[in-house]
Amino acid sequence: MTLQQELAVTPSAKLAVRNVSKTFRTNRGSVHALDRVTLNVSDGEFVCLVGPSGCGKSTLLNIIAGLETPDEGEVLTDGEPIRGPGRDRMVMFQEAALFPWLDVFDNVMFGLRLKPGLTKAEREEVAHYYLKLVGLERFAQANIHELSGGMKQRVTLARAMAPNPRVLLMDEPFAALDALTREQLYGDLQRIWEERQKTIVFVTHNVREAACLGNRVALFSPHPGRIREEFKIPLPRPRDINSVDLAEHATEIMRALKGHLRATEVQE
Amino acid sequence: MKRIVIALVFFAVLITAWQFAFNARIWSPVLVPSPKAVALYLWDYTFNPGSALKPNPNQWQLFFAIGITLKRLLAGYAIGLAVGLPLGLLTARFRPVRDTLGVLALGLQGLPSVCWVPLALLWFGQTEGAMLFVVVMGTLWSVVLATETGVRNVNPIYVRAARTMGSRWLHIWLKVIMPASLPFIVSGMKQGWAFAWRSLMAAEIFVSILTGFGLGQMLHYGRELNAMDQVIGIMVVIVLIGLLADKVLFSPWENFLHRRWGTSK
Repeated sequence: MTLQQELAVTPSAKLAVRNVSKTFRTNRGSVHALDRVTLNVSDGEFVCLVGPSGCGKSTLLNIIAGLETPDEGEVLTDGEPIRGPGRDRMVMFQEAALFPWLDVFDNVMFGLRLKPGLTKAEREEVAHYYLKLVGLERFAQANIHELSGGMKQRVTLARAMAPNPRVLLMDEPFAALDALTREQLYGDLQRIWEERQKTIVFVTHNVREAACLGNRVALFSPHPGRIREEFKIPLPRPRDINSVDLAEHATEIMRALKGHLRATEVQE
Repeated sequence: MKRIVIALVFFAVLITAWQFAFNARIWSPVLVPSPKAVALYLWDYTFNPGSALKPNPNQWQLFFAIGITLKRLLAGYAIGLAVGLPLGLLTARFRPVRDTLGVLALGLQGLPSVCWVPLALLWFGQTEGAMLFVVVMGTLWSVVLATETGVRNVNPIYVRAARTMGSRWLHIWLKVIMPASLPFIVSGMKQGWAFAWRSLMAAEIFVSILTGFGLGQMLHYGRELNAMDQVIGIMVVIVLIGLLADKVLFSPWENFLHRRWGTSK
């Protein structure tokens, strides 16, 4: 594989989640995290999963990542069933899961070193490319604890993108950041998504964030976790989270979310 | 620079106070020798060549003793680490091992290492093996426990992140779990070193053998001969070696950890 091929924009993958159910057993009884969830994501699509905490959306993301197995149902990428974690689906976690014993550059290199078919020089070039893409090439030799929260999540993004996955799974990656930093990252993420054309599944409990980022927003409700409704967001990009058009979409989703929550409470 | 000056002043005051106590003759000079007597002893057993007519028979003796002691210490410590690290990993990884070996390690770590000496003497006799055994027993358990604690404190998100990047079994252990638990492992190694040092001194004082005179044995014979200058001189040497080991063996690691992890300095 040459460097050009490695850095080329590769086709992203289709995702199909079919009838996935998952129950966790804890000391206090069992939690029905996912109940026959079906979700189709076309290639290059940006889908946001939104819902209150504990509704199973992170569980679904972990199942797509291959970190957990469903009790029932299956997940297909381009028609192939998922067996365990794989380089084609990279995860960007909520808290910075960066390795504190490595510097910024070696963190980005971690996944690349495990990718076969590249020379050392090529791997290093790829790592530099992605650090540049997230605007941190000057911080390659920095220690993780020297970075701000926003910079850490940029490194996490670069690390997840570096092995050139076909699907990017993001689990509330911006939840711990301050509002200003978050807005910057919304812009960056949209730019990078358009440049690299990944299929992205983005989990959040922030409705406005979901409306800002997604082509489509899937609404989850808890007990048991189900997808209740889906919303298309046909706004042009790049989107500004403070725009009025976006607020209208967010309000509509929020209203639906509250309706479903009330319905669940009545049932219980 | 300022820190060095403060330290020097502190030790100068300490030695002066000692000299005053000696001058005041509160205790017999047999029990409290002067700083000068101790310094002379150290000079005699290290570099003092003696005169042409009467060469010093004790020249270099202390260095031989230090060499013998350090050889025993490093051998026992190396074995303790080589066995303790993998055992610690197993203890952390497998619950049955934790419930058995883990409990044993916790119990034996509380056993003062000098308690191994009678057993070692009966098993191995007056041999190097007896001493090695005591040092290994002194080191092993604290290394096992520190490694176990370190591994169990690794944030699971690191392992999950590594798995999504294609890392598997051995790679995860070597490249994620081991480095992530490094802060604990280094402090465990440090503790293991301290225990090894203590156990060896206990062993050398009790096990007098002909395969080499270590520092502990010199301390022991200092007592037998009522040579207080020797007793105190050897104690000073033991303290200095401990300080030096800390600076040479562990400070570089600790500095690396502080720099990378951003912990207090």
